[in-house]
This record gives sequence, C-alpha cells and structure tokens, in this order.
Amino acid sequence: MRVIGHVAVNVFKESVRDRVLYNLVAFAALLIGASYLIGQLTAGQDVKIIKDLGLAAIATFGLLIAVFIGIGLVWNEVERRSIYSLLSKPIRRYEFILGKYAGLALTLLVNVAIMTAAFYAVLAYLATQFPGSGAVDPGLLRAVALIVLELLLVTAIALFFSTFSSPFLSAALTFGLWVIGHFNADLRNFEAVVQSPAAARLARGLYYVLPNFAAFDIKTQAVQALPVPGSYLVATALYGVVYIALLLAGAVMVFARRDFK
Amino acid sequence: MDAIRTEGLTKHYRVGFWRPRPYVALEGLTLEVRQGEVFGFLGPNGAGKTTTLKLLMQLIYPTSGHAEILGRPVGDAAVRRRVGYLPENPSFYDYLTAEELLEYVGALFGYGPSARRARAARLLDEVGIGAERRLHLRKFSKGMLQRVGIAQALVNDPEVIVFDEPMSGLDPLGRREIRELVLRLRDRGCTVFFSSHVLADAEALCSRVAIVAGGRLAAVGQLADLVAFQVRGWELVVAGLGPEAVERAKGAGLVMRATAVGDGRYALELPLSVAPERALAELTTGGARLVSLNPLRETLEDFFVRQVGAAPRDRGLD
Repeated sequence: MRVIGHVAVNVFKESVRDRVLYNLVAFAALLIGASYLIGQLTAGQDVKIIKDLGLAAIATFGLLIAVFIGIGLVWNEVERRSIYSLLSKPIRRYEFILGKYAGLALTLLVNVAIMTAAFYAVLAYLATQFPGSGAVDPGLLRAVALIVLELLLVTAIALFFSTFSSPFLSAALTFGLWVIGHFNADLRNFEAVVQSPAAARLARGLYYVLPNFAAFDIKTQAVQALPVPGSYLVATALYGVVYIALLLAGAVMVFARRDFK
Repeated sequence: MDAIRTEGLTKHYRVGFWRPRPYVALEGLTLEVRQGEVFGFLGPNGAGKTTTLKLLMQLIYPTSGHAEILGRPVGDAAVRRRVGYLPENPSFYDYLTAEELLEYVGALFGYGPSARRARAARLLDEVGIGAERRLHLRKFSKGMLQRVGIAQALVNDPEVIVFDEPMSGLDPLGRREIRELVLRLRDRGCTVFFSSHVLADAEALCSRVAIVAGGRLAAVGQLADLVAFQVRGWELVVAGLGPEAVERAKGAGLVMRATAVGDGRYALELPLSVAPERALAELTTGGARLVSLNPLRETLEDFFVRQVGAAPRDRGLD
C-alpha cells in the first residue's frame, strides 16, 4: 500500500504541474458566463437550466481528464522509458498499475470537488437573486457522486487499454465504450427491432458485458428533484466498483506479462 | 556467491506484423560476475547487451535460461533492494525536479522524509548536479539526465550496480567524473556491471570483461588474458625526414609502415625484429629528429574487432 501511495502521489503531482487543473478555469468561466446570461434571458424563471448545465459540465470536463490522462498513464511511461528505472526498484508491477489508477482517481476527485464547490457558489449566488427558487439543493450531490463513479470507471477502461495499445487507439476504444454504454438499454431491447434471434442474443450478451454508463446518469432526476431510491444508488455503486475491480485485474494481468523492449 | 550469474539465458522475439519471424536477441548466455569487481559487458550496437541487462532487471522475460543476482532469482522483488540500475538513455518525469525524483525513489525504498532528502542531496552532489537540482527535469540536457540517472541508481546504496552505457551523452569531463565514481564504488565494495561499446572505458575500469556479438558470448575473461599485452613492434615518430629517406628505410626493412602526420613528421611502425636504437641511428644520420618512441601492443580494440568480426551474423531461427 505504501508503494501504491507514493506512485499515486507522483501521478497527482505530475498532473497538477502539467496544468490539468487549468480546465477548472474553463469550467468556472463557462458556468459564471452561462448563469449571467440565463439571469438576463429568463429573468430567473428557470434555475434548473443552470443546474443542468453545471452537472453536465462537471461530467464532461471530468470525462476529458479521465480519458486524456488515463490513456497515457502507462503508455507514456513505456514510450519515454521512465518505466525502466521505476520497475528496477522494489515495486511490483501490480503496485505500479494500482498506483497509477489511484493517482488519476485522486486528480479527478480533487477536480470534481473544486468544480462542485464552484457550482454551488454559483447556485448560492442565484439563490440570492431569485429567493425561493431552491437553487442550493444538496440533492444534486447524489448526481455528482454517480458522476464521480462513472469517471472512475472511464479511468479504469482507459488505463486497461493503455496497458497494451497506443493512446490514439485507447482514446477511440474508451470513447466508443462510453458512447455505447450510454445507449446500453437499446441493446437489451434489440429483439424488438431485429428479426434474427441470433442478433438479439448477441445484443443481449453485449448488454451484460459492456459497461452500462446510463445507470450512472441521474442528472435529470436530481435537477427535477425527483426521488432516487437509496437501493438504486447502492446497487449502481456496487456495479461500478465490481466493474472497476475487474478492469484493474485485467490491466494488472496484461501488464504483468509485458516485455519492455 | 556470485554477484550476478546467468545460465543459458536466451531471449527470442518475434518480429514483423503479418508474418512474424523469430529473432535471436540473446542466445545461451552463461556468465558469472564476482562480488566486488568492475565487469565490462562489451559489444557493438545490437549485440544483446541491453537485452541482457533488461533480463537481469526483469523488464523482459527470458525465452529460456536463468539469471540470479546475489544468489536470488531476478524475479525476487527483495533482491531489487540491493541493486541499482541505470537504463540506456534514461528519461524521467518532466515535471519533477531532480531532487524530487530522488526523493520519490527514496520513498519507494521505504526511507523516511529526512533520510530521503539527505540521500538526494548527497547523491546529486556526488554526480555533479548543482543548483539545477531544483529545475524540472524536462529542462535537463542529455548529459545532466545521465547524471541524474546514475544518482537514482545509487539511492539505496546498492551492492550490485548495473549500468547500461553509463558514459553515454557525457562530455569528456563528465566521463572522467563517472569513471572516478565507478572506481569509488568499487573501493566501497560494490560490484559494478556495465555495458559499453567504448573500449577505453573498459580498459580504464574493468578487472574482467565479456564481449557479446550477434546475441552470443564471444569471449570472457581478464583483460590481460584476452589481450596480448606483449610488445609486437614499435612506433617511432620523427621529424625532418624527407619522403625519399622514408622509402629507403622501408626498402631496407627497417620500417613496416609509414604515415605522414603533418609538419614534416612521420609515424613509423617498426617490426619487433628491428631494434629501435638501430633504426633511430640510421634515420638520424639522414637528418631525422626523434619526437617519440612507443611500444606497440595489441589493444582491446584489436581483440574486439577480431571477436565481433568472427561472430555469426544470421540471427533468425530456422
């Protein structure tokens, strides 16, 4: 655990110094600009738009960080040969992979925490402008929590591909899975639109194997203040954790067998 | 117990995408490096030196054979606590400083914060990194990265040090400093196993050398055993001699080979059968002045070229 921690802190330090956190400035500018415009256009009719926009921006900026850092996490170390001196130290290959993952997870958590704080600051400002609008709603944090879990799953996918393929291919595969994962429900109901039972079975199989990102998306319910059962949150969290664990186990297995020529 | 021991160490790769063919990177390397010696692992580019070192560090896995460091299999993570490794053309993290890199490495070895800082400072002094230690590594030159690479290999006070081309990227002053460092490490009782294709480094540092060529061990032993240090002739450098006089000396069998070295000077190679005093007496009567007289011995380079030239070149497998 000690070694994993040191590797993770190193990833975090590199990410911060590589100006990853600059995206927060873009996030803040987007949110503040949008809330000002909405304040002007709708005269406070709909604070929900800013809630929608805020949650979507947190998810999108987080996704960009998860994919674009995740795909290079292992690849860069191998390409730049820094892995040679690192693996000659008393560090096991699985510790390297888990440390890399933990480091990016930490970077994401800090990013999302800062974005969420900025989001609530804007909501607090709107609450002063439009009293009684219910702008500062703690229920939104449930949506943020599932966004975090979704980002951790995306990171695990990017890291898994990064252990054996180039950044370009890893990015394409990760984004591909992310898009498919958001339309996963269509795969489950594929028999309704195709004649072939084989195609329907294949689609059903893919539905169970591919990550179901749609499950993590409760932004609409949070914004509309609709109830989300606690059991749903727990089941989704468990699903995410198990999927992440399987991906990390796969990444460790691939990485353990690799020759660094 | 040997510091390093390999038995039949072999690595084959498959090369080519559509029709992969096997390629012999290393074949049946059996080698012992004793504790406390500076051992040179020599060979031309692509001979299998880096492959061997990566096998020792378990960065690649052998196709067959076995390797041990300090009596333990190289796969044993505990043995890496006692080993230091400098990869070829090392590269590190762009946004860490040299100090931070060494402290990070110290942390991986389990040293506490103050011990890490003290080690980093001492080692950076030792390899000649001054105020630059607080700069990000992406601003470092190749030579400075090489020095940082050497420092990071020494963080754990290793008993066995494996350097892949340690002089690479260094200027003449840097090469001399690293040679002195290697000798200091030897005096502290460390075993230093280093690869190089620069023979002068091996001649200056090594008690024993191995020569690899074409993925196979071509020769191994003490320098004195491998290279015939007996005098095989004389090199006489003279000034004030005309071309006719040089030709006369060659005709008389006093000189085997003559090379004009500028400013009217000639480097004359005398056979062992001719006493240099006699040749010098003959030449000075023709107006020559002595500049220098040196014995000619077989060099490691002569031996190396012979061994490498004799190695098989086909590295595919049937």
